[in-house]
Amino acid sequence: MHMPGVSRSIFTLVVFLMLALAPQTASAEPRASAFKLSNGMEVIVIPDHRAPVVTHMVWYKVGSADEPKGTSGIAHFLEHLMFKSTDKIAVGDFSKIISRLGGEDNAFTGQDLTAYHQRIAKDRLRTLMEMEADRMVNLRLTDDEVATERQVIIEERRSRIDNNPAARLDEQMSAALYLAHPYGIPVIGWAHEMAKLSREDALKFYKRYYAPNNAILVVSGDVTPEEVKKLAEETYGKIPANPDVDTRNRPQDPPHAVPRRLTLKDPRAGNASFHRYYMVPSYVTGKPGEAEALEVLMKIVGDGATSRLYRSLVVDKKVAATARGGYSGSSLDSGTISLYAVAGAGVEDLKTVEEAVDAVLDDVRKNGVTELELQRAKKSLTADFIYQSDNQATLARQYGWSATIGRSIADVEGWPDALAKVTADEVKKAAATYLDAKNSVTGWLLPEAEDDGKGAGSSTTEQPAVHTRS
Amino acid sequence: MHQMSMSRACDMHASGRPLLMLSFCGHGVRSAVRQIGGSATVLSAAFALLFFASTSLPANAMKIQTVKSPGGIEAWLVEEHAVPMMAMRFAFDGGSAQDPDEQEGVSNFLSAMLDEGAGDLKSSEFQDRMEDLSMRMNFEDAKDAFYGNFETLSQYRPEATEMLKLALTKPRFDADAVERIKQQLMASLAYAARDPNRVAQNAWYATAFKGHPYARPASGTEASLGKITGAELEAYRKRVFAKDNLKVVAVGDITPEQLGKMLDDVFGDLPEKAELAPVSITDPVAGAQQNVVDMNVPQSVAVFGMGAMPRRDPDFIPAFVLNQILGGGGFASKLMEEVREKRGLAYSVYTYVYPFRHASVFSGGVATRNDMMGKSLDIIRQELQKMADGDLKQEDLDNAKSYLTGAYPLRFDTNAKIATQLLGLRMDDFDPSYIEKRNALIEAVTLDDLKRVAKRMLNTDNLIVTIVGKPELEQPKAKGG
Repeated sequence: MHMPGVSRSIFTLVVFLMLALAPQTASAEPRASAFKLSNGMEVIVIPDHRAPVVTHMVWYKVGSADEPKGTSGIAHFLEHLMFKSTDKIAVGDFSKIISRLGGEDNAFTGQDLTAYHQRIAKDRLRTLMEMEADRMVNLRLTDDEVATERQVIIEERRSRIDNNPAARLDEQMSAALYLAHPYGIPVIGWAHEMAKLSREDALKFYKRYYAPNNAILVVSGDVTPEEVKKLAEETYGKIPANPDVDTRNRPQDPPHAVPRRLTLKDPRAGNASFHRYYMVPSYVTGKPGEAEALEVLMKIVGDGATSRLYRSLVVDKKVAATARGGYSGSSLDSGTISLYAVAGAGVEDLKTVEEAVDAVLDDVRKNGVTELELQRAKKSLTADFIYQSDNQATLARQYGWSATIGRSIADVEGWPDALAKVTADEVKKAAATYLDAKNSVTGWLLPEAEDDGKGAGSSTTEQPAVHTRS
Repeated sequence: MHQMSMSRACDMHASGRPLLMLSFCGHGVRSAVRQIGGSATVLSAAFALLFFASTSLPANAMKIQTVKSPGGIEAWLVEEHAVPMMAMRFAFDGGSAQDPDEQEGVSNFLSAMLDEGAGDLKSSEFQDRMEDLSMRMNFEDAKDAFYGNFETLSQYRPEATEMLKLALTKPRFDADAVERIKQQLMASLAYAARDPNRVAQNAWYATAFKGHPYARPASGTEASLGKITGAELEAYRKRVFAKDNLKVVAVGDITPEQLGKMLDDVFGDLPEKAELAPVSITDPVAGAQQNVVDMNVPQSVAVFGMGAMPRRDPDFIPAFVLNQILGGGGFASKLMEEVREKRGLAYSVYTYVYPFRHASVFSGGVATRNDMMGKSLDIIRQELQKMADGDLKQEDLDNAKSYLTGAYPLRFDTNAKIATQLLGLRMDDFDPSYIEKRNALIEAVTLDDLKRVAKRMLNTDNLIVTIVGKPELEQPKAKGG
C-alpha cells in the first residue's frame, strides 16, 4: 500500500492460544519448549501441526559486531561460504540437495547473529539436521572458491547499498550514530575491507565462533519436542563442545556529547527526505519496561496513517508526502529509534520538514501521550502479535532471534503482558529521556548534483570527528 | 517510499532498525518473486507460483468447501477453528489493464484510497476505527486483477465486515485525501524513476508490449496521476467492482453459513456485471532487441525475456519445469551456477514464467557491475541457446520434479498462504481438485517434452533485453548471441 513497510519489532509475536486482546492471555500455556543438549547447544521447539512441514534454523551467537577490526563483512562472507563444501558434501551441493528433497534454504547475517534456515516436509528433517551439523565443524574452503564468492558479496553490496541513495545515507548515518561500538559498521562490510577478506579470515572466524555451545537450534512446525530432542542428540549432539569458543566482548560507546548531522546529495534521491536515528536502550540493555515503553511510544508517534507524525506532517501541515518512525529493540547492546519524512511537493527547504518532526517530538516529550492513544497502541501491538502466530517460519525467527540475544521463551511469550503494564507516565518518561538530541544523527538526502563530479554522490559530515573506526 | 525492499526471502529486518537494513540475507536469492519490483508485480509473481505447489493433501486435513451465499455469491472456504481469526482474499478481474488511456495508474491509485474514508467516516476516522477493530485490510492492483486482502479476529468480525463493505461500496474520495495520496504516489514515482530495478522492469514491459495495455506503467506517470481526481477513481470502481468478475476465498474461524451471510453483506450491493474494456490477447514483440537506459550507477541491472505459453497450453507445465531448471530454482538453477557460483558475476540472477491473462512471458534479470554486464548477458544467452538446442539431462528433470512436488506443502502451512493459493486457482478457473492432480501433471513431464518446449520458447532471436546503468557491452551478435 501507500505506506512504506516498516517492519515491526521481532518481539511482536506469537501465542496461538490467546483468545482475545485481554491481559489474561498471559495465562495461556507456553507454546514453545526449550532444552539443552549435553554439548551446550540450546534447542527450542515450537509445534504447529496444521501442515506436515517444518522450519529448521540454526542460529550462531555471532554477528557483524563481533568481527575483528579491519575485516568488516567477514561474518556475512562466512555465511555465504558455508554453502561451499565439507568432506560429505561437494562444492555448492548443499542447496541442491535440499532442493531435491523438496526443501528451501537460505541464511542471513545480522549485527548480533548469523542464521541458517530451511523449510521442508517433516519426514526429511533428519537429513537436513545431519547436513547442518556437518557444516557446523567440517567446512572446507579453497582460495578459488573464496575469490569467486568475494565477487558475489561485492556485487551484493552494489545492489543493496551503492545503487541505492537511501541505503548509502543509512550507512553513513549508522556510522555516525556510534562513536565506538561496532554497530556503526555495515553488516555487509566496507567495500575496501571486503575486497581483502581472505580464506584465512573466514576460517579463523568460523573456528572461533561456530560450535554447538555457541548455537541455538530452533524447529517449528509439525514436530514434538521429544522427536526433535532425539534427532538433535543424534546429529548436533555428536559434536563436542568447543571450550575455546569466544564470547562477545565489544567496545561500548561513551556518553555522547553532541548531535551529529549529515547531508548526502545524490541526483537519484527522488524527493528530498529527512532522516533521524536515536541511540536508545534495547530489550537487553533497558531497565524493566523501558523497551516496551519505547515500543508503545513509537507506535503512537510513527506507525502508519494513524500516527502523530503522519497526521501532523502529511495530513495537517501537508509538508511531507509521508512520514514514519519506529523502534527497534532487539539488539544486544543498543536499540534504535528511527524516523523519516519525505518532503511534499512544493516544500522548498527540508528544514520545514525537520521542524515539523521536531514539533511532534517536543510535544510528546513535554506532554506525553493520552490514555486513548496508549490503549490503542497496546491493542494494536497485541493484535500484531496474534496475527503473526499464523506463520511457523515467522515464529521460528522470533523465538530464535530472541534467544540469540538472551531472551527466554517466557520473555517472548510474556511480551503482551509486559506491554499491558506500560503506563502513560512511562511512555512520557521514555520520550523525555531518550529522544535526546545528543544521542542522535540527523540525515538529509537531497536530489542534487553531487559536489565532486564523480557521479556517485558525495557526503559531508558537519561533525567530522565522528566516523568509523575500522 | 524509502523502504529498502529487501527481498522477501530475507524480510527479517524486523530485527534491525525499522527503516534500514540491518541484516543481509547473504546466500540470498531464492526465487524470481523477490526480484520483480513494484508491489503489484510482486503480488502477481507470487501468484505465478501457485499451481505448482502440490501433492494431494498438503495441509493436514485441509478441506476445501464451495460456499454459495443466499444472494448467489460463490466462495471457497477452508474452515480452521483452532485460531480465532479468519482471512479473506478476493479479486476483481480488471487490474491496471483496465486503466483508461491517459489515466494510467488509476487502479493503483484506487488501491491506496480505499482506507481513506468511506460512508460517514472520514479518512482519519476510518483509520482509527480499523485500528480499534484490530483488522487488516489492504488492496493491490496487478495487470489483470484488483486484489483485496482482509483479516479479522473473530470477536470483531461483524464490525470489520462492515468496514470492508464500506470501503468497497462507499469510498468517499474526499479531495484532501485524494490530494494527499496523489502526493505520495508522485513521491514514489520520483523515487522509482531512479531505481534501476524499477526502471528496467518498466522499460522491458514498455518495449515488449508496445501498444498494448501491458506496456503501461501500473503506477502511472506524473502526467496521468495529475489528471486523476475522485471522479476517475469512482468511475474505475463502478466499472470494475462487480459480482460477475469477483472471486472470493476464505480461510479460518468461520462456518459456511456465516461466510454466506458475510459474502452478501460485503459484496451483495455491487452491480451484477462489470463493464470491462476488451483487452486483446497478445505476445511480446518479435525480434531480438537490446536497449540501454543510461543511469549513473555502479551496477547495471538487466531484464530480459520473451513470450511463453498461455496457462492452458499443454506445454505450460513443461515450460514451468524448464524454468525451474534454467533460472527459477535458486541455487539449483543453471544460470545461478554459471553466472554466480562459477564466475562470481552477480548476486542475483533469476528467471520466471508468468502467464498473464492476455499474454504469457518468460523473463528474468541480472545485476552486475557495469563492465561485466556484456559478459553476463553473453553467458545467459548461451545458456538459453544450449537449452533450446536440447542440452537437457534426465537428471535435471528429475531434480526439478523432486523439488517442485516435494515443496508443495510449504505453500499451505499458514491460513494466509492457503488463502493466497486458493485464490490463484480460482483466478485461473481451476476447481479445487486441481490441488490433488497438480503433482501428477509435473511428474508426467518427459525429457522430450522439455526439449520440445525449450525449442519452442527459448528462441533467442526474440530475446528482448533492457539494461539500466552504464554497461560496457559488445555489439549483440546477429543471432542473439
